[in-house]
Amino acid sequence: MAESLFTPEEQKKFDTEIAEILSHYPADRKSAAMLPALRLMQDIKGWLPPEGLKLVAQVLGVTPERAYEVASFYVMYHLKKPGKYVIDVCTNLPCALRGAEKMLAHLENKLGLKAGEANERFTLRETECLASCGTAPCLQINEDHHESLSRAKLDELIDKLS
Amino acid sequence: MATTAFEPVISTAWGTPQSWTMDAYKKRGGYQGLAKALELTPAQIIDEVKKSNLRGRGGAGFPTGLKWSFVPKDNPKPKYLAVNGDESEPGTFKDRNILSHDPHMLLEGIAIAAYALNVHTCYVYLRGEFKFPAERLNAAIKEAYAAGIFGKSLMGKDYALDCYLVRGAGAYICGEETALLESLEGKKGWPRLKPPFPAVVGLFGCPTVVNNVETLSSVPHVFTRGAAWYAGLGTDKSGGTRLICLSGTVNRPGVYEVPLEATFNQLIFDDKYGQGLPAGRKVKAVVPGGSSAPILSPDELDIAMEFEALKVKQSMAGSGGVIVMDDTTCMVRSLWRIARFYAEESCGQCTPCREGTPWQARILRKIEEGRGEPGDVEQLSNVASSIAPYPPIGLGNTICALGDAAALPTHSFLMRFRDEFEAHIREHRCPFGDKPWGAFGDWS
Repeated sequence: MAESLFTPEEQKKFDTEIAEILSHYPADRKSAAMLPALRLMQDIKGWLPPEGLKLVAQVLGVTPERAYEVASFYVMYHLKKPGKYVIDVCTNLPCALRGAEKMLAHLENKLGLKAGEANERFTLRETECLASCGTAPCLQINEDHHESLSRAKLDELIDKLS
Repeated sequence: MATTAFEPVISTAWGTPQSWTMDAYKKRGGYQGLAKALELTPAQIIDEVKKSNLRGRGGAGFPTGLKWSFVPKDNPKPKYLAVNGDESEPGTFKDRNILSHDPHMLLEGIAIAAYALNVHTCYVYLRGEFKFPAERLNAAIKEAYAAGIFGKSLMGKDYALDCYLVRGAGAYICGEETALLESLEGKKGWPRLKPPFPAVVGLFGCPTVVNNVETLSSVPHVFTRGAAWYAGLGTDKSGGTRLICLSGTVNRPGVYEVPLEATFNQLIFDDKYGQGLPAGRKVKAVVPGGSSAPILSPDELDIAMEFEALKVKQSMAGSGGVIVMDDTTCMVRSLWRIARFYAEESCGQCTPCREGTPWQARILRKIEEGRGEPGDVEQLSNVASSIAPYPPIGLGNTICALGDAAALPTHSFLMRFRDEFEAHIREHRCPFGDKPWGAFGDWS
């Protein structure tokens, strides 16, 4: 199973890092490593394919259903393959007070996507608070924060993405 | 009242060169508090923290020394320290600054707390989106291992201490301490019934102390400068200083370290802090402590931004997130944004919260879009009451406080701005048209 999921380099990365992660927990509590293990899988594959979830479950000694239950609870795990760039736009109150709704509308027009939609290049999501309220409006592209976004700054940022 | 002249404690190094490295931290006196603490017995350390009047900075404001003293000494199980860095409350963004600019301050606090509590393993739980702070903290943890703070011997003592960083994956509920423990155990973040409290039955069924990032970052100063000095900085019931996050319609939003007796008016208008509102705009309402805290009116802003003063107003200091709305902000749309957040972040375990939070959001959307009908405001109030009545605060119908947090804003917005909700329904439109967000809402 693992051979078809990973390239040899990916397999090496998974084996090395999962061993490090498991060393952080008591030996009889391997399943506690679920969040970091899922994160590792997603770092390697870009999302959590069903075989990846099964492998994580197997390594942690739990059922695949348990891995799915956890993965589906948290918004940062992708159970479907996302676009190359996942853009999360905060529209909560502090950001909204600094123009986030208009920023999202601009982005929707620019990308030709509504919030919640995806294509191969972009996944656009409306998200809830990125803890950047003092530098609103803000968004996150994959895992990188971008703050105090003016229209010009946002356009430049998006236009640079390949 | 404060007996010591105010000076910033937590934020002194922010913006200074390489402030996040161990070298820079040690040069400004870092890890001296730990050295002093290690000369004391664990019981003496807890006593000092009690004397310092340090209160938890995560939201509830519980006295830290008292919390530490609840860990049973005779329990043979291992004890754990869990650091709550799951900062996700809209309006709150202070821990991010501590972790990015001064992660060793947190690590020193962790080492002191761990030694006092007989803890040999600490997990720092950071919200998943904190990639950059996590990188800074991870680098600092590596430095601390290399310097003999963490590892087999705590500063030369026969005391092993390990510290691991765990990143969440996007769930506000994991900032609730028992949900955080569930998440640390590799599960979805469903809060646990209390009691038992984590101090007795916590991580892996073992005694566990859960402390906020800012709380533990304050601990080294209690030992470097003394508990009396730290207590003297604050008020009678609360020692130290406080990080306040200021956002919304002010000219200079940001994180400011303030004395506990500082008032909202000072924070919003003082040149050192928010520098007021744009010309011609007035304050309409202020969220005093993160999005769940009941709002204050402009005539209530002369009170201190601390726990006791806000309790009097039946609000709360919470996580220190102050959000300012100007007089051209639509309160229905503002509440709708808050309600959406709680609907999205409800874990789904308790029926009143699972069903009630999206119901609130649906009614608010309907009213804001001009589709409101007579009776909607009463319906909204009933739904909020079924999640958590108001007052009192903290006695909601759900396992954890997310239910209270979701209902409180609804109660307080309706109490203070009912006319505005009714005007939406009467006029079948938002009276603010397409400009509901006040002075900075027109993004360009």
